[in-house]
Amino acid sequence: MLTILFDGIAYGMLLFVLACGLSVTLGLMNFVNLAHGAFAMAGGYITLVLVNRAGLPFFAGLAVAFVVTAFIGALFERTLYVHVYGKSPLDQVLFTIGLVFMAVAAVDYVMGSQQVFIQIPSALQGRFEIFGVGVGRYRLLIIAVCGILTLALQLILSSSRFGSRLRASVDDARVARGLGINVNAVFSLTFAVGSGLAGLGGALGAEILGLDPTFPLKYMVYFLIVVTVGGTSSITGPFAASLLIGIADVAGKYYVPKFGAFVIYTIMIIVLILRPQGLFARAAGK
Amino acid sequence: MLRIVAIALAAGTMASTGVLAQDVKVGVVLPLTGGLAPVGKQVQAGIKLYMDKNGATVAGKKIDLIIKDDAGVPDNSKRLAQELIVNDKVAIIGSGITPSAMAIGPLSTQGKTANVVTVSGTSGVINPNNPYMVRTSFTLGQQSGIIAEWAAKNGSKKVAIVQSDWAPGAEATAVFTDAFTKAGGQIVETIKVPLANPDFAPFLQRARDANPDTLFVFVPAGQAGTFAKQFAERGLDKAGIKLIGPGDIVDDNDLPGMGDAMLGVVTAGIYSVLHNSPTNKEYVAAFKKANGYRPNFISLGGYDGMHLIYEALKKTQGKTDGESLINAMKGMKWESPRGPISIDPDTRDIVQSIYIGKVEKVDGELYDVEFATFEAVKDPLKKK
Amino acid sequence: MPPALVGKVAHRLATRARWRLLEYAFWLAALASFFLLPNRHLILTEIAWLALFALSLDLILGYAGIISLGHAAFFGLGSYLAALLAKHGIVNEPVLALVLSGLCAAVLGFATSFLVLRGSDLTRLMVTLGVALIMREIANQIPDITGGADGLQGVVIAPILGLFQFDIFGHVAYAYCLIVLFILFLLARRVVYSPFGLSLRAVKGNPLRAASIGISVNARLVTIYTFAAFYAGIAGALLAQTTAFASLDVFSFERSADLLLVLIIGGTGYLYGGLIGAVIFKLMQDWIANLTPQYWQFWIGLVLVLIVLIGRDRIALRTGGVRLLAERITRRFAPAAAPVAVPPGEGS
Repeated sequence: MLTILFDGIAYGMLLFVLACGLSVTLGLMNFVNLAHGAFAMAGGYITLVLVNRAGLPFFAGLAVAFVVTAFIGALFERTLYVHVYGKSPLDQVLFTIGLVFMAVAAVDYVMGSQQVFIQIPSALQGRFEIFGVGVGRYRLLIIAVCGILTLALQLILSSSRFGSRLRASVDDARVARGLGINVNAVFSLTFAVGSGLAGLGGALGAEILGLDPTFPLKYMVYFLIVVTVGGTSSITGPFAASLLIGIADVAGKYYVPKFGAFVIYTIMIIVLILRPQGLFARAAGK
Repeated sequence: MLRIVAIALAAGTMASTGVLAQDVKVGVVLPLTGGLAPVGKQVQAGIKLYMDKNGATVAGKKIDLIIKDDAGVPDNSKRLAQELIVNDKVAIIGSGITPSAMAIGPLSTQGKTANVVTVSGTSGVINPNNPYMVRTSFTLGQQSGIIAEWAAKNGSKKVAIVQSDWAPGAEATAVFTDAFTKAGGQIVETIKVPLANPDFAPFLQRARDANPDTLFVFVPAGQAGTFAKQFAERGLDKAGIKLIGPGDIVDDNDLPGMGDAMLGVVTAGIYSVLHNSPTNKEYVAAFKKANGYRPNFISLGGYDGMHLIYEALKKTQGKTDGESLINAMKGMKWESPRGPISIDPDTRDIVQSIYIGKVEKVDGELYDVEFATFEAVKDPLKKK
Repeated sequence: MPPALVGKVAHRLATRARWRLLEYAFWLAALASFFLLPNRHLILTEIAWLALFALSLDLILGYAGIISLGHAAFFGLGSYLAALLAKHGIVNEPVLALVLSGLCAAVLGFATSFLVLRGSDLTRLMVTLGVALIMREIANQIPDITGGADGLQGVVIAPILGLFQFDIFGHVAYAYCLIVLFILFLLARRVVYSPFGLSLRAVKGNPLRAASIGISVNARLVTIYTFAAFYAGIAGALLAQTTAFASLDVFSFERSADLLLVLIIGGTGYLYGGLIGAVIFKLMQDWIANLTPQYWQFWIGLVLVLIVLIGRDRIALRTGGVRLLAERITRRFAPAAAPVAVPPGEGS
């Protein structure tokens, strides 16, 4: 029972790290970035190359994955995405799906289409028992890393200068501009960090979710579920949503394997019927 | 107006029939994109390797190979195969995964076109209703029955089954359950996992909680790595649970990346890269040189499929109607890199050796090492 | 209402609904394709049902502003129903089975329409997607009926009206799909040019304002959503009947996403967008996939990205392609649309 809860939390935390960037950028610019998963995949493959081929330690690989993916994110944002902000949401869908297709085929070409695994240190493999609860070491690491990240994000958002700028911009970009906040710069930075987090999530998650070129398509639905259920105005929302979905998914599959796959879709629909703006949305000013 | 239409229609028909008499067109429909792309690529590599090795001309005819991508979606497969038969006038169709092969089946019957199934492991794909189909892959029944017998003899008493929820999985489970309970064993739990599944954790936990001594697993090639990792992570190996399955779960293409969690896994499969024969050594060397990665059991479906087509064409002296080709293929025997195989003249299904193997480290890399052989195994679901 | 005004409104509606030259040209081209491209009938069949499917999405997206990523739910339901009706010999005649499948899809559309009445675009996207994925899971979980992940086997489709047997060349299939597409297109055209269609546009433009002039917004949305579901069901049934097969992929997320791409490429809100998009998307995909069966996705992706970066409108103006037709048609009545949108008394 508690083991299932533990697994669910680990899974949910992972979803959160993968999806929180998407949630913030969506709330900030109203931009539906369906290519978000491609950044996660990039992070995964970067770590793979560094750790498996170049022999870098696993944790260093994770750090590099974050930095490099964030950099790629910033680069794409400045060169490509920036041209698409003013376009209709439909154009944005077309554009980002196009990017996903290109990423999938390109990775397939360079890295091959088979599923790959990052070598993790043996200290992180296996599991131990505390008070009868089976705790997977790697899952514990995921919870720890994601937990720290969440706290850090929350701190930055709530008490740093950048955080207040960001919150102001999300709440009302026009007024924020009027107050002299450079919303575009805020957005660029947020986008980069969000992409970097996705990259980190991809690298961390490869062990559990697997990594292959179809990753961005396979998990796009999950990210979107997290974002819509959680709402886009804060990171508390997606965090709660990730945990809810992670735990519900794992528990559903454990207790009723036959109907396991229904659980998260049903939760999503119910939440959205009751709270169309997501669990934690404030009445939006837009 | 009518006349123009008539002329145009005639011109169109002429264009489509203008095929060179000396060419034999072979059209293969495979999943080359999407989640099952690794499967399609192995088959494609096998086919190309065979053609590179043996030349593109057989029985005085040039083989013209057309490969199409169906992305693993059966209604695509069906349309593509139909176009191949109708427009390209292919003499032989090659088909891929189970749903696609099943969708193409009736077409090959309607068009009286020989159809070589290169991937599917589902018994029912080769059936009396579609007399122009043969198989060069394998059936899951072949492997699952053998591993059940082996497990029962080697100390397994209580088995939990984890299977992907589709026809090959259901067949693997059915054959295994039947053979294992006949041998006196007990199935304590059967868990069906959705085909597209991100995380095995809950299913594995459930399997563990059923307290088996052995876990029989069938997941499609490509998911086995994730599965084995989580098997070890959950400590099922430490709890003394053995992991067994059909050869799919020690896919040579994925094995090097799966990690030490796979050590000791016992499977009944049709092929290992380490299979000890000169034919195989040559095959593996050529394949690695051409593609840079290991061939797996799937690649042989393509390689042997091509062999079957070449030999059948030699036997018919270049005649390409479905009837002659299939008759030529029936009962054909040859030495494949995987060992001796043949086409059962009664069922048109493949007969081959099944090898029990164990995953070990050889020169620092993981390999499936064969240690016992069951010869000339037929598909158990067709024995009756 | 004074008779003069009634006359004016009627005249206006009639003018708007008049057939334009390019429309004749489009359908003549479609007819000609049947005779001129006899060996392309298989892909044309696919284009025809995809066009109908995209038309269905256009009805809700282009005319009522409901964005959906789960339109495959209705498509899939129609598809499985048509296949099952034929397989078990419940309704052998394809046309009747087609209509029945469409109606069942419409019932599902009606039942789920209440889910899309509220919320933002994103919410709607996800709710519709959820419905489609749940449908997929249901089909997956009842393999005794649907064949599960292997697809429904052994479907034999009887001759249409007892006369025309589907052939391996796809001639009958294409004629059948084209005729169905044309008839349903006429119906859709009639609907969107009717006062009901105009009121939909008003709802799309500004639901609040529409409500305040007496249009019952929700009733309109429910009606058009149900209507569109009917179309999607028919499209799915066409797929099942022409391939004698149904599989879980009919419900897949990719199918809904591709559909959205098709419609966006062709343009929304002028009925021909889905049709033209289907032609372009399928031909492009087929062409590129023949050149490079492994990596065609890359080039499709590149084309999509370029379309957006260069701008859909600009491409059309320069090459005289897709959108030109759209703009011709829309420009004629666009300025007049708002004032006559809802004649008094028509609303509630």
